[in-house]
Amino acid sequence: MKKLNIIAVLAVLVLGVMTFGAVHAADKLKVGFIYVGPVGDLGYTYQHEVGRRALQKALNDKVETTYLENVPEGADAERAIEQLARAGNKLIFTTSFGFMDATVKVAAKYPNVFFEHATGFKRAKNLATYAARFYEGRYIQGQIAGKMTKSNIIGYIVSFPIPEVISGINATMLGAQSVNPNVKFKIIWVNSWFDPGKEADAAKALIDQGADILTQHTDSPAAMQIAEQRGIHAFGQSSDMIKFGPHAQLTADTDYWGNYYIDRAKLVLDGKWKSDDTWDGLDKGMVVMAPYTNMPDDVKAMAKKTEEAIRTHALHPFKCPIVDQNGKTVECKGGDRLDNGQILSMNWYVKGIDDKVPGQ
Amino acid sequence: MLETLINIFHLIFSESFILTVVTASTPLLLASSGELMVERSGVLNLGVEGMMIVGAACGFAGAWLSGSILVGALSGIIAGAALSGMFGILTLGLAVNQVATGLALTIFGVGLSGLIGAKFVGEKIAPAAHLHLPMLTDLPGVGRILFGEDPFVYVSVALIIGIWLFLYRSRPGLVLRAVGDNHASAHALGYPVLRIRMLAVLFGGACAGLAGAYLPLAYTPFFIPGMTSGRGWIALALVVFASWRPGRLVIGAYLFGAVSILGLALQPLQLGIPQQVMNMLPYLATVVVLVLISRARGTAGSAAPASLGLVFVPDR
Repeated sequence: MKKLNIIAVLAVLVLGVMTFGAVHAADKLKVGFIYVGPVGDLGYTYQHEVGRRALQKALNDKVETTYLENVPEGADAERAIEQLARAGNKLIFTTSFGFMDATVKVAAKYPNVFFEHATGFKRAKNLATYAARFYEGRYIQGQIAGKMTKSNIIGYIVSFPIPEVISGINATMLGAQSVNPNVKFKIIWVNSWFDPGKEADAAKALIDQGADILTQHTDSPAAMQIAEQRGIHAFGQSSDMIKFGPHAQLTADTDYWGNYYIDRAKLVLDGKWKSDDTWDGLDKGMVVMAPYTNMPDDVKAMAKKTEEAIRTHALHPFKCPIVDQNGKTVECKGGDRLDNGQILSMNWYVKGIDDKVPGQ
Repeated sequence: MLETLINIFHLIFSESFILTVVTASTPLLLASSGELMVERSGVLNLGVEGMMIVGAACGFAGAWLSGSILVGALSGIIAGAALSGMFGILTLGLAVNQVATGLALTIFGVGLSGLIGAKFVGEKIAPAAHLHLPMLTDLPGVGRILFGEDPFVYVSVALIIGIWLFLYRSRPGLVLRAVGDNHASAHALGYPVLRIRMLAVLFGGACAGLAGAYLPLAYTPFFIPGMTSGRGWIALALVVFASWRPGRLVIGAYLFGAVSILGLALQPLQLGIPQQVMNMLPYLATVVVLVLISRARGTAGSAAPASLGLVFVPDR
C-alpha cells in the first residue's frame, strides 16, 4: 500500500513537471545545456550551472533554460543534443570537450539552431566554440606557490595529458620560476577527472614525498581536505573550495560563464548571433580568482598585482622567451608570446619540470 | 639503481603509505565481503555500485543530520539493504533475470543517490575518529597501523573473519553453500532456498551500503554524486578473483588497494615507467594473480557456486 502511494506521488510529480514545462514554453527563447557531470560536482559542471542560472536570472522574461546532466561523452551525447534540438531549443551549449563530434553532427542536421561547444576547435556556420584561459589563473597560483613553499616542492594532481592540463602545469611553473628559481614539481596523474578517493590518495602520497603546496587539475575537493588535515596549503580548482580548506586554500582558479551565456543569448534575441571562437580570461571575467587567503600581505599584494597585469594584458603568462625542458627555445608565433594555437596544442613541458609528458 | 630501490622500499614500508593502503582497501573489502555471501548463496547481484553510492548518500545524510558517524553508518547499511531488498523481490520473488536486474539497480542507485545527496553537496562533516589506545597506538612503527585505524577498518576485518567462520564452521553456512551449489537438491531436502537467498542478498546490500558510507564518513568526508567511481565494480571482480574464498578476498582487496596506491606514489619518483602503466598496475596485478590461482586450481580449487545466477522457481 505504502509503495503504491509512493508511485502515485511520483507519477503526479512527473506529470506536474511536464505540464509546467509545456505551459511555460510559449515564445521565449529556449536555451539548452548539456553537462558531462552532475550539477552538484562542485567543480566544472557546477560552474556551468552557475552560468546557466545567471542567464535565467538576467533574462528571465525572455529565455527559458533547461539542462541535461551526466551526459556521457560519445555516441549517447548525440542523442541528448538532438533531444534538446527537437524540444525547440534555439541555442544549445555543449559544455565538454568530448561532445565535439556529436555537436558537429547535430548542428549539421539542425541548421536553424545555434550551437556552442566549450573547449573544442570545430566550428560551422551555426556552431561556435568558447573556452576560458584557465592558465592565466594558474600563473598567479604558481607565483603564490613559489613564494609560499618552504620545501620548494609543489605537488600537482592531474587528470589527463591534454593540452589544457599541460598548459596549466607550464603556466604554474613559469609563475613559480618568476619568483623562485628552485621550485620543483612532483606530478601524479590519476587518469580521472573525478575520483575523490584517488585524488585524496594522490594528495597524501605527494605530501609524504615532501610537497608543502598542492595544486590540482581534477575536480573534487578531496585534495583540499587532505591539505587542511595535514596543515599545508592548496589551490582550489574550478570552484572556490574554501569551505573544505578554510586554513589551506590560498586561492582558486574559477570559471565564470554567466557573462558569456547572457551575451550569447542576447545576440540570438537580437538576431545578431554568428559563429565565433571565443577564448576569454581574467579580462572578460570568464576566469575569476577566489579571494587570496591564508598568505602574508606581501604575497597577496604580489598576486593582486600580477592578476591586474594579466587582466590589462600588460603581462602574458606565455611571454617569450620560453625554453622547453630539453633546453630548446620555443618559437614565438605570437610575436612576443606564444600564439593561441601553440597554447591550445601544448604537449611539451617548460624548462624546470623534470617529469615527462605522458605518451610523449 | 640501488638508491632507487632503497627509496621504493622506504616508501612501501612507511607508516603513512600503509595507512593510505588500508583506507583505500577497506571499502573494497566491505563491499566484496557482502557480495561473496550473496554469490555463495547462488545469486549474482551486479548492483553493488548502485547500492554503494546510495549507501554513500544516505550515510552522509544520516551523519550530517544527526552529527553522529554511527547514525551515518547505520543509515548507509539500511539504505543498501533496502535497495538489495528490491533486487531480492524482483529476482527471487518474481524470478526476473539477475544480470539485467543488477545492472538496472546500479543505474537506479546512481540516480537515486544524486537525488538524495543533492541537498548535501558542498557540506562537510568531521571524519570518523581514529582509534586511540594509550601505549598501544603510540608504539613506534606498527602502533598506528594496528591500533590507530578508523572503526570501519576493524569492522571490515571482523566481518570477513565472521563470514569465514559462518561459511566453514557453522551449519547454517553449510546450508547456504548447499543452496548456492545445487538449489534443486537443497530444496528437495526441505531447505527454504528463496528465504536463505533473500537473507544473503539483504546481507550483501547492507555490506555494500556500509562500504559506500565509508567513503563520505571516513575516506573523503564530503558527499558528491558519483563518488564511488567504480569501486562497486572492482568489488564484484574481486569476488571472482578470490575464487569465492574469504581468505583470498582479503589478499585480493589489499593487493588491489596497495598496488593502486603504489601506482600513484611511484609516479613522482620518475622511474621512467609511463604513468599509463602505473595506473594499469592494480588491474594487471589482479589478472596475473587470477591466472596463477587458476593454474594452481588442481590443489587450491575455485569455490564457484554451481547455481550462481540461475533462476530458481520452487516446483510446487
